[in-house]
Amino acid sequence: MTSDGARGGAHHPLIELSLARLREFVREPEALFWSFVFPIVMSVAMAIAFPSRGSQPVRVGVPPGAASDMLRHTLASNSGIVVREVPADQELRQLREGDVHVIVRPGHPPTYRFDPDREESHIARLVVDDVLKRAGGRDDPWKAHEDAVAIPGSRYVDWLIPGIVALGIMSNSMWSIGFMTVQMRLRKLLKRLAASPMKKREFLLAQLLARLLFLGPEVAVPLVFGVLAFSMPVRGSVLAIVAVALSGAVAFGSIGLLIGSRVRTIEAVSGLMNLSMVPMWVLSGVFFSSSNFPAVIQPLIRALPLTALVNAMRGVVLEGATLGGIRFELATLAAWAFVSFSIGLRIFKWR
Amino acid sequence: MTDNRTVSTPAVLCRDLKKRYGDVVAVDGLSLDVLRGECFGLLGPNGAGKTTTIEILEGLLTPDSGDVEVLGLRWPRDERALRQRLGIQLQEAQFIDKLTVEETLRVFRSFYHRGKTIDELLSLVELESKRSSWVVKLSGGQRQRLSVACALVGDPDLLFLDEPSTGLDPQSRRQLWGVLQRFRSSGGTILLTTHYMDEAEVLCDRVAIVDHGKIIALDTPKALVSALGAPQVVVHEGTLEDVFMSLTGRHLRDE
Repeated sequence: MTSDGARGGAHHPLIELSLARLREFVREPEALFWSFVFPIVMSVAMAIAFPSRGSQPVRVGVPPGAASDMLRHTLASNSGIVVREVPADQELRQLREGDVHVIVRPGHPPTYRFDPDREESHIARLVVDDVLKRAGGRDDPWKAHEDAVAIPGSRYVDWLIPGIVALGIMSNSMWSIGFMTVQMRLRKLLKRLAASPMKKREFLLAQLLARLLFLGPEVAVPLVFGVLAFSMPVRGSVLAIVAVALSGAVAFGSIGLLIGSRVRTIEAVSGLMNLSMVPMWVLSGVFFSSSNFPAVIQPLIRALPLTALVNAMRGVVLEGATLGGIRFELATLAAWAFVSFSIGLRIFKWR
Repeated sequence: MTDNRTVSTPAVLCRDLKKRYGDVVAVDGLSLDVLRGECFGLLGPNGAGKTTTIEILEGLLTPDSGDVEVLGLRWPRDERALRQRLGIQLQEAQFIDKLTVEETLRVFRSFYHRGKTIDELLSLVELESKRSSWVVKLSGGQRQRLSVACALVGDPDLLFLDEPSTGLDPQSRRQLWGVLQRFRSSGGTILLTTHYMDEAEVLCDRVAIVDHGKIIALDTPKALVSALGAPQVVVHEGTLEDVFMSLTGRHLRDE
């Protein structure tokens, strides 16, 4: 009747638990959407919203009426300038919204109205000034030869995609593990497992293992999309990309485990997830460089796991960094993984 | 399975168990022995302390005081050895919705060094036809039998069941009882909680009636009923419900 050994046809617990988690995941269509479609949608949206800057014309506003005719004519003759009439009471609003970059009022000399703190306004002022002075009879001492090149890898979209890959690794790893844990606790499945001879460490490791198997497509899909749609360069080795992705997934999976280790409601775990993820969305330089933040908090930003993952991913993809070149980032991720997993395992509530 | 009759210690031995939650005393000095090979029932209304008691015996809760020995071993010292030899079914525990019956059994089977094959388990609990169905598609009775199958995967010496037939229709209950009687006849020991009289009368060799965290009566179902005395028996066959009523003045299923 009974069969000894060989687990009665079942595999090692680590494999059975990972398989169970994988099956549960692929049988949940929404989970697949968030993992694979979302990063692409995000990349496309970002590429549309932030096209490369070089080709942008300068938008100049002038007061309506005959007094501006001459000025309008001079400016519009330059192909890099778009002129529009802006009534006096609209000037501040349109400058604020970025509808125009600078307002030029006719006169001798003309008046430039703009916000010097805005980069595009600053550029617009220089362009307008150059055009008007030349039209006014200025003679240039010489004209330089221009050697224009487009460098793939330095555009915003190139910079953005590795960041979005890193962001995806963070969100998917933390949500899937943290959320799953709380759900299993609510259903008393954790308690049932704790009543069996299952080794608790193996259960928690299996959750991480199952996560890693999904990592391949999650990382590859947006990167391949970037290469095909935007000719984004991938300068580092596949091995280095895999190593970075694995380190990130283990680190954030462990953090997710820690967050879900004692929580009893879906609302509470969602709150804690957002509390820990939103600051990193802002601080870790996914969408804009974190060098914009004050020097005082830079060490803190560098210690964040998302900063480490974003920098490591960009280093490998865009600069072809080797693992040695990103050892600080990898060590940071390993430290987060080790500390979170150890604490999570220790304080984990099984009932 | 170890031969129960050659082992002298009881399957479960517990002395003066106490457990309180804040001001509420859940278990108040409870003692009982479960002999090897018997089916022992803890009978009582909701809130009597049955679940707390059985979870202490299962090593899932720590008592405030008292002495517990299971299969001659102790929590938490012998946890690793004990878990391999116990089968546990919990009240209200749910499995993963989108795993099949077979996949669920395989996960649990992988934790045990010895035990039955998946095929043996499926036939034991009569779920062969549901082998490839998702758990979420099962009826209440089928889920409960899956839950018992998960408790039986390791060929346990001792089976703990917490209200195994609550919420089941009469036919499902009978099917479940069949599974448990087969386990008994292969030499297994059962400790179960229930608030159904008929279940205790059909399955149990001995019954302890629990109220307010204490045992207020303990005997075979027959002896408990006959101790009630003659008058009622004329009108209808005495039941454990009558015993409970006369002891506490309440129905068993009252809060």
